[in-house]
Order: sequence, then structure tokens, then C-alpha cells
Amino acid sequence: MIRVQEEDFDIGAELAALSAGDTSIGGVASFAGLVRDMAPIDGTVREITTMTLEHYPGMTEKKLVAIEAEANDRWPLAASLIIHRYGTLAPGDQIVLVACASVHRQAAFDACQFLMDWLKTDAPFWKLEDTDAGGVWVDTRDSDGKAKLRWANKPDPAS
Amino acid sequence: MKILYFAWMRQRIGASSEDIDLPDSVNTVDGLVDWLISRGDGYAQAFAKRGVIRAAVNQEYVQFDHAVANGDEIAFFPPVTGG
Repeated sequence: MIRVQEEDFDIGAELAALSAGDTSIGGVASFAGLVRDMAPIDGTVREITTMTLEHYPGMTEKKLVAIEAEANDRWPLAASLIIHRYGTLAPGDQIVLVACASVHRQAAFDACQFLMDWLKTDAPFWKLEDTDAGGVWVDTRDSDGKAKLRWANKPDPAS
Repeated sequence: MKILYFAWMRQRIGASSEDIDLPDSVNTVDGLVDWLISRGDGYAQAFAKRGVIRAAVNQEYVQFDHAVANGDEIAFFPPVTGG
């Protein structure tokens, strides 16, 4: 399931709901992304007052559905979840939650990392950081592109 | 044709979307960018680093040699930074 929303989410409730009613599930792995309070901007570390997330309604949902489908194609997942927020957030606020449930842990761990790596490069979101020096659009990081490349080969179904 | 702009492209152009009648001479994303740039400084600034900008036609990522037609929804935006 995917959700794009302005509201906050309750990680405990989301994870409980993900595995509810399926006792074949042996593990749930999850990752939550939070707003940091400091960021290097043009070589100077600055305090972030707020972060505003903009997205492309329609395409965002389409890409998240596709990314989730790709994860389910690659790993034997019993359930998966992507929640991504938009709007204006403060340091410490939750931005994103990905969670994967599977019979065994490796698929759940790997699929979680895959979902994050892919949504970083494919989901149409943009971050604007407000600092004492004004608003600055976050740049892409080379490491995000590299992180996605490690999933270029599909996992061996036998492993 | 509906054109959408996001993040700093939206700010430089001064609009999040616009409806245009595509000139007959324009039939690719690249051609559309050339035509938009000819419309004013805001566009020229927004498209100054053409190699950095991403395009989507009908909500799918495309290369700039992709075809465009009246009725399409085209979006231009900087590299994405979600997650």
C-alpha cells in the first residue's frame, strides 16, 4: 500500500496493521526518514527552521505504486507499505515510512532498502529547506544515484 | 497542452502550470523547451541548465527527444530529492 499525505503517521500503529491477520509473517523491517536540524548549504552548516516538501500529485502516486510493485516482484513479501508526507515540516518530524513484512528477515530488510533507494531517485518530491539565510532547494546527492545502482541486478530467487 | 513546473523551476517561471496551444513546428520536448525559452527571461533562467532538468510526459519520465503533442501533460522539474 502507498499513501501520500500531509498528516503525520503513527509508526507503531502502521507496523501493527501491516502484519495483522497474517501469522505466516516472521518479520517486519522498516525505515523512517526524519527532518534534520542542520544541513551544509554552500559549504556552511546551517540550522534548518522548516522543510517544505513539494510533489507532483498524480505522478507521485503512480511512481510509488510502481516502486512498490517492483519490490514485490523481486522479494517474497507478505505486505509492504510506503507513506510519504508533503507540506511544511519541522526538525524531528517524520517525512517517510517504508515497511516490509516477510516470512524471513532478509527479504524484508533488503526490500526496505530497495524501496528507499528507488524512491529517492524516482519519486517526484522536492525539498526546500528554510534557514536563517533564506530558502534553499536541496540538491541531489551522488550517493543516492549510486545507492540505486546496487539494485541493478535482481536478487537470485534461490537465495 | 498542460505544462507543469515544480520546485525552483516553478519559482523562476512564476507559475506552477499553464495551458498552451502547441505551435505546429514543435514536436519534441527539446523543441518545446526552445519555444518556451523564446517566451521570456523567466523561462530562459529556468531552462538555463537544460542538462540538469528532468521532463515527464503524461506522468512518465522521458528523454528530451521524446515526442509531444497537444493534449499531453508535460512537466519540467529539477532532479528529485524526496525520501
